[in-house]
Amino acid sequence: METLFFTIVAAVAVLSSILVITCKNPINSALSLVMTFFCLATFYVMLDAPFMAAIQVIVYAGAIMVLIVFVIMLLNIRSETGKRSNHAVAISSIVAFFVLFETCYFLFRSTAAKEGMGPITSSVVESVGHTELIGKAMYSQFLLPFEITSLLLLVAIIGAVVLSKKKI
Amino acid sequence: MLEKYLILSAILFSIGTLGVLIRRNAIVMFMCIELMLNAVNLTFIALSKHLGNIDGQVFVFFVMTVAAAEAAVGLALMIAFFKNRESIDVEDINMMKW
Repeated sequence: METLFFTIVAAVAVLSSILVITCKNPINSALSLVMTFFCLATFYVMLDAPFMAAIQVIVYAGAIMVLIVFVIMLLNIRSETGKRSNHAVAISSIVAFFVLFETCYFLFRSTAAKEGMGPITSSVVESVGHTELIGKAMYSQFLLPFEITSLLLLVAIIGAVVLSKKKI
Repeated sequence: MLEKYLILSAILFSIGTLGVLIRRNAIVMFMCIELMLNAVNLTFIALSKHLGNIDGQVFVFFVMTVAAAEAAVGLALMIAFFKNRESIDVEDINMMKW
């Protein structure tokens, strides 16, 4: 049952991500990307990470994609007129297939990831709560990276404000 | 159990790579980069579940923050470029060419 559900959602995810790169109109690409994000949120729920699924829907499908769609509509971009040459498409496809092949090759050779080495099992997630586990890890073990992240966001805000000035 | 998630993530990452290489519209390239980041996030969460360790999910949090910052700065750059050139085709971005 779970495998069947996985197969269906995975097929939808792959199809919509193919639509992202083949649609002529950027708005259609953006909407297909939202579909992919929802499929990934489904996978996060299946992997015992409900908080991550919520964040995926709120931050990615909500905030970031609204920003992208807003910019597409603001700039009033028409569909692409010129295409890349066939040579460029062929070479790009070879590179992408090489990436896929290499990943799968190392995936089936690797034996490093033994199952269940850590303490966080499904029952722990169920009894303690996923949000609490993440909060504890983030505010104790990962406090310094968390603070650096806030600095990154500050820099991004300043950068966006500077770049959107009238004269640049 | 784990392999199917990792293979799906590899497929999504390759599609994202292909999109960055074959599209000329800067915003679509940007969306393909988001797709690649999401494929990596799926790997992190699948391995986090497999290993029984919460660290991977904290990293997904940081990746999402970086993606949000990237979206803000990248789209501001594209608007600034569009104001100068009336286009966001990457072939037109050649002002820094020597």
